[in-house]
Order: sequence, then C-alpha cells, then structure tokens
Amino acid sequence: MSDLLKDPLILRQIIMDHYEYPRNHHLVEDETYHKAHMASESCIDDITVMAKIENNVIQDVCFDGIACTISTASTSIMSELLIGKTLEEATEIISEYYKMVELLPYDEEMLQEAVAFHQVGKQANRIKCATIGFKAIETCIKEHKHDQ
Amino acid sequence: MFEVGKIRQDFPFLMKAEQADPQLVYLDNAATTLKPQSVIDAVVRYYTESSVNIHRGDYALSYEVSNAYEGVRKTVAKFIQCEPNEVVFTSGASAALNLVAYGYAEKVLKQEDVILMSEAEHASNVLPWFRVAEKTGAKIEYLPLDEEGVLTLEGFKEALHDKVKIVTLAHISNVLGAVVPIKEITALTHQKGAIIVVDGAQSVPHTKTFVKDWDVDFLAFAGHKMLSPTGVGVLYGKFELLQQMDPFLLGGGSNARFDKNGHVVLKNPPFKFEAGTPAIEGVLGLDAAICYIEALGFEAIEQHELELKHYTVEKLKQFKHIKLYNEKSQSGIIAFNVIGIPTQDVAAYLSSLGVMVRAGNHCAKLLSEIIHTQETVRASINFYNTKAEMDIFIDALKDITLEKCIDLIF
Ligand SMILES: Cc1ncc(COP(=O)(O)O)c(C=O)c1O
Repeated sequence: MSDLLKDPLILRQIIMDHYEYPRNHHLVEDETYHKAHMASESCIDDITVMAKIENNVIQDVCFDGIACTISTASTSIMSELLIGKTLEEATEIISEYYKMVELLPYDEEMLQEAVAFHQVGKQANRIKCATIGFKAIETCIKEHKHDQ
Repeated sequence: MFEVGKIRQDFPFLMKAEQADPQLVYLDNAATTLKPQSVIDAVVRYYTESSVNIHRGDYALSYEVSNAYEGVRKTVAKFIQCEPNEVVFTSGASAALNLVAYGYAEKVLKQEDVILMSEAEHASNVLPWFRVAEKTGAKIEYLPLDEEGVLTLEGFKEALHDKVKIVTLAHISNVLGAVVPIKEITALTHQKGAIIVVDGAQSVPHTKTFVKDWDVDFLAFAGHKMLSPTGVGVLYGKFELLQQMDPFLLGGGSNARFDKNGHVVLKNPPFKFEAGTPAIEGVLGLDAAICYIEALGFEAIEQHELELKHYTVEKLKQFKHIKLYNEKSQSGIIAFNVIGIPTQDVAAYLSSLGVMVRAGNHCAKLLSEIIHTQETVRASINFYNTKAEMDIFIDALKDITLEKCIDLIF
C-alpha cells in the first residue's frame, strides 16, 4: 500500500477511472433508502447520495448529481468502500478518511483506493469536494440511527 | 490615449500581482473589481482625518463629513444622469433590488398582475421577486432568450401584455454578458403602463448610464464592482416613485419625528430609506471610484475591454476542446467550458497557473435550460487587464487536460 502512495500515476489513474466510470452512479425510487442532498456546501457541487441500511449493515450506496472530478471520484470510491460494511466499520473508515484529508496519520489499509486523495488536504479549496460524499453518507447513517 | 501600463500603477494589487510567481492574472471582475490607490486613500483618509458620524452636524467636523457624504450623492447623480434626491445609498445591488421589491412592488402589485423577467437574472434579481409574487399573488413570467442569452425586441414585444406591471432585467447579464437594448425596452414597457427595474450591477461599471434619457424607473448597482469599497450600492428611483415607495428598514436618520402614540413622520426621499449609520467610508470611496472612471472615460474603457474580449475569443475559437457560449456579446464577459472537464477543475487548474476566474452557475440558476449546461467558467475583463494577461489565460487553456487537473492534488 505504501508503495502505491508514492506513485501519483497510479493514484491519478484511480481518480480518472472513478470520474469517467463512476460506480453506483444512479438513484433509486425506494422509500427504504436514506437520502442526503448536498447542494449547500458550495455553489457548484450538487450531489444526492442514497443508502440502504439494514441489520446494522450498509446494504447499498448510490449517488448522482453534478460535480467536479474530485467530488465524483471520491463519492464513487466511498460507495464501493462502504457497501457491505457494518455501521461501526463505516464510521471508522469515514473517520480515518477525514484524518487523511486533514493530513494527519491514518490507516492506509482501511481506506484502500481512497488513499488516492491523501494529498488533497494541501489544496484547502478542494477539501469540500473530497469530503462531500462522505458527509452525505454520514447524514444517511445519522438519519438511520435517529429512525431506530 | 489609453495607457493601460500607467493605469495599472494606480492599483497596488496589480503591482504585487505582476511580481508574484506565477504572475497573478485577475479575471473575476464581474464578481468584484480591484481598487485604485485613490479609493483606498479616500477610505483611509476618512478614518484618519474625520471618523465621525454624518447627519449629526453639531460640530464642525461632523458638518464637513455630512457635506462630503451628500456631495457623493451629487457625484452619483451626475454619473448616471439624474437628480441627487433620486439617489438612495444602499449596502449593494442586492439591497437596492430588495428595497424596490418590498418597498414598491409589494405595495402596488395585485393578484394576477405579472412580473416579467429573464431566466438569465442573478439570484438577487430573482429571489426578491419570488417573495413578492408569493405575498401579492402576482405571477412571474419569463422572457424568451436565444442560445447566447440575448433578448430581442421582438421577443420582448411578444412577451409583454396588459397584465405585466413590472419588468425587471439586468442591463448586462453577469453570466453571458448579453446587453439589453434598455431604452427601447423601457419605451415598450411604459406603453403598457408598466414599470421597469434595471439591474445595473454589470453595466454601470462598464458603460455610460443615462437613467433620464432611457427613462427607466429604478436602477440598482453596486460600488464594489466599479472600484469602490464593498458595502455600498445605489438605488436610483424616479422621485415620484420614491415618494410612493416604503422603506424596508426604519430607524435613526429616516424619520423627521415620532411620538408615543406611534405617529411617525418620515423624511423625504432619499433619506427615508437610509435608516442607521451607513458605510460612510464606502460612500466616500465610491466618490473617488467614480472620479477615477470618469477621468478615463467610458468610451476608452469600453473600447479597451471589447478589444480584449474579441482578441481572446478569436484565440479560444481555435481550440477544439473549448466551447464558447457568448462569442457575440458586446461586453467583457467570456463564458466557456473545456469539453470533458468540470468547471471547478478548470478554475482550479487556471488558479494553479495564477489565473483567477469563476466557475459554476454564477447565481443564475435558471439559465441552464437556455444554454444547455448547468455550469460555465467565466472570465470577466476590466479596463486594467492587458493583452499580455489574456495571453497567459489563453496559453493556460491551450494544453489543459483532465490529467493535469487531477494532478493538482498530488
Ligand atoms: C447582475 C448582478 N446583479 C446583482 C448582483 C449583486 O450585487 P451585490 O453582491 O453587490 O449585492 C450581482 C453581483 O454578483 C450581479 O452580477
């Protein structure tokens, strides 16, 4: 993993790939999903993330909207990373991701492809883009817990 | 002779920007402009030499500042060609538009009346009208625009009808830079007995304004988009309309007297709209700003800005990866996209090369259906920009790629 971090070409490839072919890039008409619309963060990104949470596990995540490369790719990576995780695992991954974005020590293994954004914190104006999807899924999790 | 090199020396920001590495190129003038030293000096002079409040002229210094403040009303009146008592100082263009909406329109509009506007309007000239419509039961209708956001007189005539009571339009659009034929539109509006409100935020700084000759009823603009400090704007209104209009802020400075029973006598316009201590330094700075612009002259300003726009558009047209949205518009706004790259990434890439532009929907969220894109990148020119700066901008766009944009985060 550490070697990967040293190769910006591979990291760029990961981001390009998730931007050009975003995973789980659709929305569903399903009342059992939680939904978070993130439009107020900046004038530009307008993303909706939906998540199905059952038996304490994130069963599905999907998203759509207008967004820059970093928001699209990071939200796509987030969706792959969190599907199938328990809420405790997901919360931990999200928290490690935030640490990384703030340029603090973090667990590389846990973040997998999301390490592509390990330097984004150096561009303060892009932090919002890199965290928009994670903020959205947090909202979904919070809503789920509130409903329980 | 328009000597841009000499003009630039009046702007401390530009002198620093030229020394920076990379050189900074400011092309976000539609958002706000840089300030010349004379404006900065006016602000500093107020705080170092005067500092006291206005309209409380019991001692010599306050009397002097009050006089200077009222003098700016005359400067503005001359600048836009109206009477000083038709100039209301506000905190900006938004405040001016909100004041007309709540103070005038909400008072006169009735159920089924129509407010006519365009889909290219800035949020500050849309949202107050939505609220007025909601409160009065009036309806909003939109004018037809072509794919460059241009409103034609024919289109305007077709959209106008007897129920239209208010027309509200930007003279120059902040997204596409389209210029509206304001005098002709005003005449047509008046033929139907309606009132016209002009959002001059993008036009007053760049082209000569003749409110009396055009016969417009209200005109709003912001100082900060024309060299002045932030926090000051102007609402022009025909005096008889200002008399009918209610203030939407009440307080010190706007009343003549009041008593315990709630009887209030307001001052005459424009003072009844100016409750509270205003941005005195902003107004004094606006005076210096107008003085600076008038010394250059609008003819020279327009010529220089349009020359830069056409120069840039001709170059950008050669690039297959660039889509231009307003090639023809006669103002210094260039709206474009880089095909396949989101606007924010384009702006971030340009920023890494020192070029400052704006990305997004530019607060004109209704426009997307007209130009078939949710977002654009906007480069906006002011008279202090140079061909050399435009070249830096053009060169930066020449070999932009998605990979390069992404690499910025490594
Ligand atoms: C066309 C237009 N109208 C209104 C405004 C609002 O001006 P202000 O922010 O000074 O209130 C702007 C500024 O962005 C504008 O471009």
